[in-house]
Parts: sequence; C-alpha cells; structure tokens
Amino acid sequence: MNGAAFIVISLVTLGAALAAAVLPNLMHAAFCLVLALLGLASFFFLLGAEFVGLALVFIYIGAVAVLIVFTILLTRRDSKEHLGLNWSGVLIACAVFGGLTWAILKTQSLSIIPPQARTLTVKRIGETLMTGYVWPLQCVGLLLTAALIGALVLVMEERR
Amino acid sequence: MTPTLQLFLIVSAALFSIGLLAALSRRHAIFILIGIEIMLAAANLNFIAFWRFAPPPHPSTGVMIALFSIAISAAEAAVGLAMVIAVYRHYRTTNVDQYNQLKG
Repeated sequence: MNGAAFIVISLVTLGAALAAAVLPNLMHAAFCLVLALLGLASFFFLLGAEFVGLALVFIYIGAVAVLIVFTILLTRRDSKEHLGLNWSGVLIACAVFGGLTWAILKTQSLSIIPPQARTLTVKRIGETLMTGYVWPLQCVGLLLTAALIGALVLVMEERR
Repeated sequence: MTPTLQLFLIVSAALFSIGLLAALSRRHAIFILIGIEIMLAAANLNFIAFWRFAPPPHPSTGVMIALFSIAISAAEAAVGLAMVIAVYRHYRTTNVDQYNQLKG
C-alpha cells in the first residue's frame, strides 16, 4: 500500500464530495458525486478489494448516478437552488466529524499497519455467496425486485 | 510510508460528515439523496478497511457486507428518486421546505 497514492486519492475524494455537497448547480454536483465515487472505488482497489471496487463503479456510477441525472433533468424547473446553506447543518456536521475523529485518535489499537497482501478471488467470493450467504443473497434479490416494482408504482400516472 | 487503519477511518469519518452536511443543510430533495448516498459509501469504506486490516485468519465478512450494502443502497436510490418525481408531479417543486402536507 502506497502512502502517496493514499494522499492523492483521499484529497480527490474528499474534495469532490465537498463540491457535491455545496455546489449550487445540481448538474455540477452530480458530476462531482461521480468523481467522489470513482475516488472511493480507487480506495477499494488500494485496499485489495477489486471486486467490490468494480461493483461500486458499475452500480453507483453506471446506475445510481445516471438515475440521479435523469431525475435532475425531469425536475428541471428549479434545478438552480438559491444557495442558502443552513448553518446549523454545517455546525452539526463539524461536531460529528470532531467527535468521530477524537474517538478514532483515542483508540490505540487502531494504529496498525496492514498484514501481508491478501487475495480474495472472485471464485472465492462466489463460493461464499452461494454457501454461507445464500439466504441474505435471496433476500437482497427479493428486496431489489420489490424496490423495482415499488419505484414503478410510485411514478405511474394516476388514472382519474 | 504505509497508511494505517486510523487514516482510513478518519477519511471515512470526513466523508460521512460531508454527506451529513449535504443531507442536513440543502433544501433540494435530490441533494438530500446525494448526501445519503455519500454517507452509505463512507460506511462501505469502513467495512473494507476493517476487512483489510484484520489479523489472520481472514474471514471475508467485510467484503460480503460491503457488497450487500451496495445492493441495498441501489434499491434505496431507486425508490427515493421515484418518490422525488412523484412528489414533484404533485407540488411542481423540489424544495423540501414547501412539502408541508400529506394530503394526496
């Protein structure tokens, strides 16, 4: 694991996420979200979880980000928001970050370096999903089907 | 220099706080959904980091939970955006301050 790569990726990810949170234009914010998710996927590659990184790129960027862009275009009338950043929200976010950082820095057992490079092949992931995690897998399949049908029902035109 | 687990957790905490900032301080419904997505992604980073830094024997639980969490957040985004479109059709606005009645 490389320190320079870590610094570059974390700067890009956090900067893009912050831009997605505060930019006034919705379209720019959506593209910054895509950049932040790409940075997160490169974190996963850095940590050696290639399959999860690829799944993140496919699902978040290929599906969720495209869905967000579609929704922005469908509700285009007021996509330029009057930027009134709510200062209590900023305050709460800063407090949460401060509290979490304090707790992380205070815990001594967290300052460890990673063990030897570990490989988790896709074959192994597939075997685990099909043996130990088969019921959660079925439940997620059912959940995705229900979400698909529910989303369709929600946006269907009402008959009068 | 090799980054320690602490650094990953701090980056994840910062990402979570940014998501919280977006969800709490913006008035646009889609921005709130973007904030929730960022918070879920930060949780995923925690799972993967703890999996990578775990001592042997290496169970693959962290990776599995991250995969399931990605699938569930995809379902959440689909339903959330459908709700934004449905409410927009009714109120003709996406400003959450103006959603002030439940009557259909």
